[in-house]
Amino acid sequence: MPLLEVTGMEVEFETPEGLVRAVNGFDFSLEKGETLAIVGESGSGKTQMMLAMLDLLAENGRARGRAVFDGEDLMQMTPKAMNSVRGSRIAMIFQDPMTSLNPYLTIETQMTEVVMHHQGLKRDEARAHAVELLHAVRIPDAEERIRQYPHEYSGGMRQRVMIAMGLLCQPELLIADEPSTALDVTVQAQISQLIRELREQTSMSIIMITHDLAVVADLCDRVIVMYAGEAVECGSSEQIFYAPQHPYTQGLLASVPRLDRLSGESLVVIPGNPPNLLELPSGCRFRDRCDRATEACLERPPVWEDGAGRMSRCVLPMQGGTVRATEPADASPDPGGEGAP
Amino acid sequence: MRQESLFHHASSRLLGLVPTLLLLVTISFFLIRVAPGGPFDAEMAAPPEIRANLEAKYHLDEPLLQQYFRYLGEIIAGDFGPSFQYKDWSVNELIARGFPISATIGGLAMVLAFFAGTLIGIFAALRQNRLADHALMGIGMLGISIPNFVIAPLLILGLAIYGGWLPASGWDWSWQRGVLPVVTLALPAIAYIARLTRGSMIEVLHSNYIRTARAKGLPEHLVILRHALKPALLPVISYMGPATAAMITGSVVVERIYSIPGLGSYFVQGALNRDYTLVMGVVVFYGVVIILLNFIVDLVYAGLNPRIRYDEGR
Amino acid sequence: MSEAPNTTATARSVEEVFAAAMAEEDVRGRSLWVDAWHRLQKNRAAIVSGVIMLLVVLAVVVGPMLLPWEADFTDWEHASTPPSLETGHWFGTDAVGRDILARTLEGGRISLLVGLVATLVSLVIGVSYGAIAGYYGGMTDRIMMRSVDIIYALPFMFFVILLMVVFGRNIILIFVAIGAVNWLDMARIVRGQTLSLKNTEFVEAARACGVDHRAIIRRHIVPNLLGVVMVYITLTIPQVILVESFLSFLGLGVQEPMSSWGALVNEGAQDMESAPWTLIFPAAFLTVTLYCFNYIGDGMRDALDPKDHL
Repeated sequence: MPLLEVTGMEVEFETPEGLVRAVNGFDFSLEKGETLAIVGESGSGKTQMMLAMLDLLAENGRARGRAVFDGEDLMQMTPKAMNSVRGSRIAMIFQDPMTSLNPYLTIETQMTEVVMHHQGLKRDEARAHAVELLHAVRIPDAEERIRQYPHEYSGGMRQRVMIAMGLLCQPELLIADEPSTALDVTVQAQISQLIRELREQTSMSIIMITHDLAVVADLCDRVIVMYAGEAVECGSSEQIFYAPQHPYTQGLLASVPRLDRLSGESLVVIPGNPPNLLELPSGCRFRDRCDRATEACLERPPVWEDGAGRMSRCVLPMQGGTVRATEPADASPDPGGEGAP
Repeated sequence: MRQESLFHHASSRLLGLVPTLLLLVTISFFLIRVAPGGPFDAEMAAPPEIRANLEAKYHLDEPLLQQYFRYLGEIIAGDFGPSFQYKDWSVNELIARGFPISATIGGLAMVLAFFAGTLIGIFAALRQNRLADHALMGIGMLGISIPNFVIAPLLILGLAIYGGWLPASGWDWSWQRGVLPVVTLALPAIAYIARLTRGSMIEVLHSNYIRTARAKGLPEHLVILRHALKPALLPVISYMGPATAAMITGSVVVERIYSIPGLGSYFVQGALNRDYTLVMGVVVFYGVVIILLNFIVDLVYAGLNPRIRYDEGR
Repeated sequence: MSEAPNTTATARSVEEVFAAAMAEEDVRGRSLWVDAWHRLQKNRAAIVSGVIMLLVVLAVVVGPMLLPWEADFTDWEHASTPPSLETGHWFGTDAVGRDILARTLEGGRISLLVGLVATLVSLVIGVSYGAIAGYYGGMTDRIMMRSVDIIYALPFMFFVILLMVVFGRNIILIFVAIGAVNWLDMARIVRGQTLSLKNTEFVEAARACGVDHRAIIRRHIVPNLLGVVMVYITLTIPQVILVESFLSFLGLGVQEPMSSWGALVNEGAQDMESAPWTLIFPAAFLTVTLYCFNYIGDGMRDALDPKDHL
């Protein structure tokens, strides 16, 4: 049984300008010990989906769907039950280490409170455990530094602290939201190394949210490509990189700068912009930017699957796949200009 | 890169006060000297004995700069000179009479303002955009807008004259006489602090580190008390410095309306009767008080906010 | 990756994309003010306050000309009468028979005038000071701002009173005194804005493209300063009116026969037991004016919030 099974996830936000649909019917599943990448442009809804799952949405957000974690549906849990899951069984780390730590509390306080609350440890036990973890993520002089404030750490170190904080209760699932985006390249490499070690040494499942394909290739078993709030392609890392099916995935891969291209050639870019989430286009949401769009794309595209985790949402047939028998109905009809601008 | 200790921070701040105090005293000194129709106006026609007295007391025959340093010396020694209007009293004595009363009322008002203001503000922030929030902030805006010399008469009319529950004026150190002045003085500050706290708390609650705290599974009361409260209150604490100045200013009116013989009353009387030494003395005195209180607020703030000390230590 | 991935996505050159984005930039640039105006319109409190203020200003400017009597006309037969429609004294009269409505409107002229002029003084001093400090930066800036810090700590109201005592109570002095002690906030804000504007990427880019200083100032710095300055004007006016009322209430403000709302409240407070209307009307006008200005200032600040646009 998969560790996490998400079906029909939808996330909306009520704004003065109208209803913003950030996530529109997203499904995925995650096995124990697996590392899954969710890839997409900014604004594709990747983060919001995770926040919705953990009941961390902003006040004007609404979420629907099911997220069955180890047998229980997270979306139906009481706040108290959710609190005991967050931080202990599911940990989430965010992309900006600069602002994600409380500048007015010491690292010690921020780390020990997690184990003291979830596991009832005493202060010194909690402290010892926290220092252990800081060692594990290679913070030098952890014993003394734990008493310092976040602003006394560098950006890379802060992110490592965040990771250490997430691991304190040995969670079954770690959700990493663009963990190295805000950091420079050498630090990114260190963080990747850390995550690689985690994969090798623990049976923890990891969901990596990223738009950096290099990280995906490096660390992840499976990939889901997300566009305008829904999954458009899904498969193992090798399948996605060597045989991408969906035009969007192909575009993403083509736009990665390559060392072996001739200099003087222009960089490849996917034309256009992500759709306005207030007014989603009818039919296939990528058709305005796709060079192979046809009239068929005015209808909702079929979902191709091969029963082994490979998926593509496009009119173009997927190699080795068949169309899913029943297309899951959209929870709400496609808006054709709904929501006042 | 080191984290500066509170002590170092305090000492460097203390040194910074000296120029401010100096500026204060100097401005007062020269303003009085140039006052037309004042005691130092050479054209004033006054009986010769009085002029002789003045000259002796104020050493008017000396060069101006020397007079200045003499004055500075006297101030440092704590001597503000004799009062002009109350012939038998020195300014020091008047200050000694009036200040304890003003300080008591002011101190109580500050405490009231801080606690009532922050509690209301936090309450409104936790119910952001709901009815309670809008209502409280609307009243708060009113509280800022109504000058205290408008509130006071209304309060007197309502509670003292028509209601008869509290005395309308006078001072005898009883709590009944204290309620109206303290409340009147505190009201604008309560309103401002409530708005400030609410805004600050809302901003803090939307910050990334609060999201992290929640993501760690901490119960909401811990998130608010341990993670949100301190950062949210920092701007309020910072405001307590200017709040003091505002209250001292307000006390002038409050003491007048409630006929309280505090320092503010003496000040206004002095202003109306052109008692230069008294006015000047009170300005300098209150200036020192404000500067000292600002310094204390500064220290408290630095103690609570580790980032301030770090940035300066680099 | 050793093989080229399978892709046939259209290649559009980076130049084309950039050009398209720049074309959009023009449209967005113009809408800063339109944006702000839209936001302001949605703020009901600010709009209502604005309307009320317009009515007050109208009343105060035009009203005294429409009334049958002057503010200092003493109607002995109707001294100390409560508001009534028959006597024609809609707001009642004071102890010597002067019409409260007339006095309130006339007083309003002074109060609002002081508000405007003193704010203007404050504006001129504050903006120049702040712009110079921000533009030159370095040591000049540090000295100037340090001075502001020092002055900021002082009890300015007391200094105003001191000035009143020293120089007497003429109205020009009131304008200048109040304005002169109130410019600090404006200076700080303007200096902050100038500093950050000086270093923004679009200013650097403009300079790199060879745009000259004056054009930069005209097209980039001034419009952004304007917004912030406008907000502070609307917030300073009530502060200044408050200071003036305060002084008048203490008897240190404008001299008879001129009157302002503060002075009227002072007189009204003395008679409040026997003739509460002498207190209530000027107090109401003063309060409503301050209340509305505060809402307008708040609304403008929200509408023009530089954080969103810079």
